[in-house]
Amino acid sequence: MNTLENIRSFWPRDQVFDFLIPDMPPDLDLTHGVILYLEGISVSFGGFKAVDDLNLYIQNGELRCIIGPNGAGKTTIMDIITGKTSPDTGSAWFGQRINLLKMNEPEIARSGIGRKFQKPTVFENHTVHDNLELAMVGNKQVWSTLTAKLNSVQQGNIEAVLETIGLKEKITARAGSLSHGQKQWLEIGMLLMQNPKLLLVDEPVAGMTQQETERTAELLTDLAGTRSVVVVEHDMEFVRSIAQEVTVLHQGRVLAEGRMDEVQNNQEVIEVYLGEENAPH
Amino acid sequence: MISYPKILQTDLGGSLLLGILMIAGLLVPLLNLTVNDTHLLHVSTYTMALLGKYLCYALLAIAVDLVWGYLGILSLGHGAFFTLGGYAMGMYLMRQIGTRGVYGHPLLPDFMVFLNWPELPWFWNGFNWFWFAMLMVIVVPGLLAYVFGWFAFRSRVTGVYLSIMTQALTYALMLAFFRNEMGFGGNNGLTDFKDILGFSLQSDETRAGLFVASVIALAGGYVSSRWVMNSRLGKLCTAIRDEEDRARFIGYRVEDAKLWVFTFSAVLAGIAGALYVPQVGIINPTEFAPLASIEIVIWVAVGGRATLYGAVIGAMIINYAKSYLTAALPDVWLFGLGALFILVTLFLPHGVAGLFRQGSFAFWWKKKETLTVVAERANL
Ligand SMILES: Nc1ncnc2c1ncn2[C@@H]1O[C@H](COP(=O)(O)OP(=O)(O)O)[C@@H](O)[C@H]1O
Ligand SMILES: [Mg+2]
Repeated sequence: MNTLENIRSFWPRDQVFDFLIPDMPPDLDLTHGVILYLEGISVSFGGFKAVDDLNLYIQNGELRCIIGPNGAGKTTIMDIITGKTSPDTGSAWFGQRINLLKMNEPEIARSGIGRKFQKPTVFENHTVHDNLELAMVGNKQVWSTLTAKLNSVQQGNIEAVLETIGLKEKITARAGSLSHGQKQWLEIGMLLMQNPKLLLVDEPVAGMTQQETERTAELLTDLAGTRSVVVVEHDMEFVRSIAQEVTVLHQGRVLAEGRMDEVQNNQEVIEVYLGEENAPH
Repeated sequence: MISYPKILQTDLGGSLLLGILMIAGLLVPLLNLTVNDTHLLHVSTYTMALLGKYLCYALLAIAVDLVWGYLGILSLGHGAFFTLGGYAMGMYLMRQIGTRGVYGHPLLPDFMVFLNWPELPWFWNGFNWFWFAMLMVIVVPGLLAYVFGWFAFRSRVTGVYLSIMTQALTYALMLAFFRNEMGFGGNNGLTDFKDILGFSLQSDETRAGLFVASVIALAGGYVSSRWVMNSRLGKLCTAIRDEEDRARFIGYRVEDAKLWVFTFSAVLAGIAGALYVPQVGIINPTEFAPLASIEIVIWVAVGGRATLYGAVIGAMIINYAKSYLTAALPDVWLFGLGALFILVTLFLPHGVAGLFRQGSFAFWWKKKETLTVVAERANL
């Protein structure tokens, strides 16, 4: 009798084994209009505080620029949001319901956060088309990936994204043969294929020509609105050209936040960062 | 008319390989069985068994190419999966001996009688059935690879550390199998096989059958590997090899993809081992030796990574050279192998298959390939 009970408790009928629960993130809940909450986040690497009690809120549909000198912790913040680094303290929520600190990288990606790395990272041995195909939203479990077939709607999506990022002629080119700027666009295109609600873009115009920079600015401003976009950038010219809201980061803390012209006139900001530009060489 | 299989349309190397295999699979047994052995065209049973052995090595090389060439996991322990498959077959063959052993015991293999064992160890049960042994050929290497991979990939061990772990795996198995009390025949291994499925292993007909089975296994291994690698999962594999983080951040559970391809590869290696044992007539723990696993990697490097047919070419060339050189100049072989590896790494980074792909006679095929791609796009 006892053993029978034990066996029963091992498999209660109203519960399901963990591995049978489908690997689906909860729905994104945006009822308060805020898509990303970072509160009290701190990370230290061997005693050095890379991010220090940081609070950051991103509105749905917003285009936010994060600026700050090298080593300010910008990339580390992206690492935390996307699950690469777990913070020592603090909380990170995607909408009202998704706790980012409880998820791993692929889960976060599938829940709707796309990330472009600081160094352009595409699959160089694949064609532009295949890079986008791999990134495409859908069931990404092993068996589904093995049996996946592109249908014409999906092919249409790929072509639409190619149009957006301006690489239509390069569809069959090997990604490794693209120019630096084109790789950056392709990576942004790969994010778009995932249908993300939040795009994190780390230094998109580093190493781009003037023309390429302008095109990228256009691209990013177009993307905001239906999605939220967070751009980390060094290039002040570029930030001025796209920024609505700017967050200035310094030594892992938020130094100032607000519209670009307000921030530009903030004395502290001028001292630590913006001043550099005007300082005599 | 049957249309040409789609996955081979853009695969010149694979098409040639399968063509050659088909011809060899028909011709070699025919020339062995029907041509008089004084005739010039006669293929001796020795040669046929040797070729059959190379075919098994070629399948093993394909297994390594899957994980190393496509997935970037340098496995230095694939010999373990091959040997386990071989032991599973060996156990079946041992139990077929019956009372024909030296001691004539109806149930126990000779080495157990010799060790004064009273009864068959539990894990030898079932191996009297062919189907059970064949199941084990797949399950044992597959399960080991799955468990090993589950721990290794989940904890994100990569690169040299992973390679060392695979070496340790095969080394540990070698030490274990050397021990008599493990129940696998100790350092002598399993040998003196008599027959398989009731057919004598000494007869030319059985030998021919095993050769044909090896041809089929290699062809099947090639086609299924090609199918996997042409799928989106295959594209994901090379994506993981080249930019693992990018793959993870577009939403793939990288460890799962690695785990399943690694397991599939281990199963192919196990099948290769199972076909190898009846053709060479023995399986012993030296097959687990770390050096044996490193040699497989050299076959793949010489043949050319991430092409599949390159692995086959490499396995064939090197093992032919090995058979020849170890007989003619036994001291030189290892130096020759080392030198070959260095030369290929320096001058042929894409291996022999690389030569072949750049070669001018591949030109007409390229043209055909472009046309197929264009045609496919037009269909959409
Ligand atoms: N994994 C790590 N280990 C140790 N230190 C790190 C690590 N990642 C970042 N850091 C340090 O944290 C600080 C913030 O880095 P980062 O976020 O990359 O700055 P940035 O604002 O330039 O993107 C730097 O001083 C960097 O050296
Ligand atoms: Mg950075």
